[in-house]
Amino acid sequence: MISNSPTVADGGAGAAPPAASGIGSWFTRSNVGLLREVALLPVLILLIVVGTVASPVFLTLSNFAGIGQQSAALGVVVVGESLILMIGGMDLSLEGTYGLAPMVAAWLIVPIAAYGEGTDLSPYLGIVVLIAVGAAIGLINGLLIVKGRLNGFIVTLGMTIVLAGLQNGIVKAQTLFNLPPAFGYLGAASIGQLPVSLIVAVIIFVLVGLFLRYQRTGRAIYAVGGNPAAARAAGIKIDRVKIGVYVAGSVLAAIGGLMEAGRVSAVTGQQGYGEGIIFNVFAAAVIGGVSLKGGRGNMIGAASGVILLGIVQNILTLTNVSNYWIEAIDGAVILFALFLARIVGGESTAETS
Amino acid sequence: MTSSGQALVEVTGIEKRFGTTRALHDVSLSIKAGQCLGLVGRNGAGKSTLVSILSGLVEPDAGTVAFGGEPAPRVGDTARWHEWIATVFQHSMIVPDLSVAENVFLGSTPGLISWRAMRNRTSAIMGDWGFDIAAGTLCRDLSVEQLQIVEIARALARGAKCVLLDEPTATLERDAGRRLFDRVRQLTAGGVAVLYISHHLEEVFEICQDVAVLRDGEMVLTAPTAGLSRDDLVVAMVGASHAPAAPRSVASAVGHPASGQEAPGATAPGAGQGDDAAGQGVVLSVENLTADSTRGRLSGVSLQVRAGEIVGVTGLLSAGVATIGRVVAGAAESSGGEVRVRGKRVPSGQRDVAQRAGVGYIPEDRHNEGFVSHLGVAENVTMTITKRLADRFGLLSPARRVTAAAPLTRRLALVSSGPGQPVGELSGGNQQKVTVARTLAHDPSLIVAITPTRGVDVASKELLLGSLAGVARDTGAGVLLCSDELSDLDICDRVVVLVRGEVFTEFTEPPFDRDALIVATEGIAQEAAE
Repeated sequence: MISNSPTVADGGAGAAPPAASGIGSWFTRSNVGLLREVALLPVLILLIVVGTVASPVFLTLSNFAGIGQQSAALGVVVVGESLILMIGGMDLSLEGTYGLAPMVAAWLIVPIAAYGEGTDLSPYLGIVVLIAVGAAIGLINGLLIVKGRLNGFIVTLGMTIVLAGLQNGIVKAQTLFNLPPAFGYLGAASIGQLPVSLIVAVIIFVLVGLFLRYQRTGRAIYAVGGNPAAARAAGIKIDRVKIGVYVAGSVLAAIGGLMEAGRVSAVTGQQGYGEGIIFNVFAAAVIGGVSLKGGRGNMIGAASGVILLGIVQNILTLTNVSNYWIEAIDGAVILFALFLARIVGGESTAETS
Repeated sequence: MTSSGQALVEVTGIEKRFGTTRALHDVSLSIKAGQCLGLVGRNGAGKSTLVSILSGLVEPDAGTVAFGGEPAPRVGDTARWHEWIATVFQHSMIVPDLSVAENVFLGSTPGLISWRAMRNRTSAIMGDWGFDIAAGTLCRDLSVEQLQIVEIARALARGAKCVLLDEPTATLERDAGRRLFDRVRQLTAGGVAVLYISHHLEEVFEICQDVAVLRDGEMVLTAPTAGLSRDDLVVAMVGASHAPAAPRSVASAVGHPASGQEAPGATAPGAGQGDDAAGQGVVLSVENLTADSTRGRLSGVSLQVRAGEIVGVTGLLSAGVATIGRVVAGAAESSGGEVRVRGKRVPSGQRDVAQRAGVGYIPEDRHNEGFVSHLGVAENVTMTITKRLADRFGLLSPARRVTAAAPLTRRLALVSSGPGQPVGELSGGNQQKVTVARTLAHDPSLIVAITPTRGVDVASKELLLGSLAGVARDTGAGVLLCSDELSDLDICDRVVVLVRGEVFTEFTEPPFDRDALIVATEGIAQEAAE
């Protein structure tokens, strides 16, 4: 950076003349990037060792399938939140969408006797409705934040309360059971030992990861989050990118909600907001190196954040930690993991770095 | 004056490396009370590193810093450090929502604050040095010039015996710059030492008794300014082999578009083919443009730029020079009038639409608008052309971006460790090259450049201006060069002078007379113009 000697100046552009040094540093750089992406690997290995010692059941395929199934729904929401964080936004209402979207769909599907609305919608149409609900919520958030220039924190906080209220209101705080198999398939079914939800979550992680790396809109997300003014000056339609990401994030949250509903074969008024999943969503993303300031993060990191949280939860359950204490310990472990991620990843989550 | 007493600040044998790059090598420097020492050097020469070391922010790998003969306090002990030396940084270190007094005593207040004492002491300092700013004013209500005074007052309030000014005129208008010189003279007369860092060699000659030149991390020259010419300084900064060639390459680049332009420009009206023929050559036509902006409003500006022509727009900062550039580029909204690019009307305030219409934009503030600092060079350079590079699914590989960026970075002699290096790590001049390359990438038919050489070293400056002139000549793109730096205007075929948001006069024949331009920007009519 400082070496402005004429010799460097002549060929320093790209992989031109001093090819050896140029390509060399290019590789070192991508290695550093790769190191950061797998920064949580030692922590994950440590946790697996701890789990193996703590419980004989831990290191079994069925237990891991269980972790996968339980983490899949959260993981899909984390993908959505990560995208939103990367454009420099934030969305607290993903937990509301995660509860309301499957609730609306289920409400239109199940018969009146089971507290449904009475339309007896086909489960496939129900899934379409679920996605439409997600998209609509994301669009409203996006328009309010981007076009209305409102603060994302307060808009989505307000939206969370509205959505949770609707979720209970439309079914008068009842829980909807008797979901048709097609509706619950995504969350409940397995192919062999592998839960379908896990397979779908992995596919979503991979596709979004590739999208972020190789697709122009995906790259624009990094530019918009990294420096919106520069992105705009480069002709990127930043409003459209941002609103699009809010919509995508909410749709992913709705799909996560569908997985959860299938896994527990019901939609409760508690799903999402009542359970307070948003803290785990943020924690997984940030532990995985997604910057709260925008512009930084990737799906490998986000996925390791999700896996880490899933394993911690699993170990706490397997070791019979008292239910009264499980939340306190869970929270403490997350705080510790954030600290560890800061050390290993070098990425500051502070306001200024 | 230079021999009076012992050195206030003495730096000897400083070494500093960052990773594999050597930032400073065996740098020594001494400043005496009442001396104004200029420090110059190209971007990347090590000035910023030296500033950081002198400000007590960075520890040198080797060498010593001494204040008044005593070793300097340890790095990080800012309070004690500030008793000797205080830095007024290029980027304002003022908290806008606090009052002047609070900013003056920022970080040096006792546990319990006596508001009255703080205000009184601030007023006393302002009074002592003849600064006219009320202690209770909120800093957000101050002008850039006044904010700088607050920063100087902060340095003085801590008893600093040496004030380090880092590019102090970069954000000031010409008049304010002149007043700053008076203040610097006042400081030195009062026995304060001043280290003055600048890209503007004229300023160094004007107020510094001595000048030190850094090149590639080494102190290559320290001498009284009286015995030096401007060329001597340029040679010292750039190195002997570069100096003579660089200015001339620009001069020749200017010659071609000017003469090449003369022919079509002269034949079109002569042939009398009417509006159609004349209209074809016009890439930008601005009609009666009005806009409100805190950076200077426009009240009815009309101008045209023909293909291959470089039109300069200049004036005071408040005259709307940057505003017209921003509006034409679609980065700011207009309130009336119209902008046409190649005859097609471009809606205001939509940067992406303007870019598709063929308007390239080199923004005024590169840190804010010019690049995404943690993304790589190649990605930033190709940010404007992802659509062209991508396949029909919108997919594009990093390798394609690298290939597409390579010719541009080579052309602009952009120095980086590779196409993946984050732009934030580059020196200022190279960052500006990224911004320019990003603009040239999409083959604009009109380039709007706003103060494109601000904060850029002499050699990069000429290269950047030369490349703009080259693009105008080779591709027939028009250039609207909005700048208050008169040296930028050397490449222009015409210069339009704005005063208070209106076209005041136009200079049509290069070379432009510097003094006449300055007089015109002040709004003083001259018989020579038009």
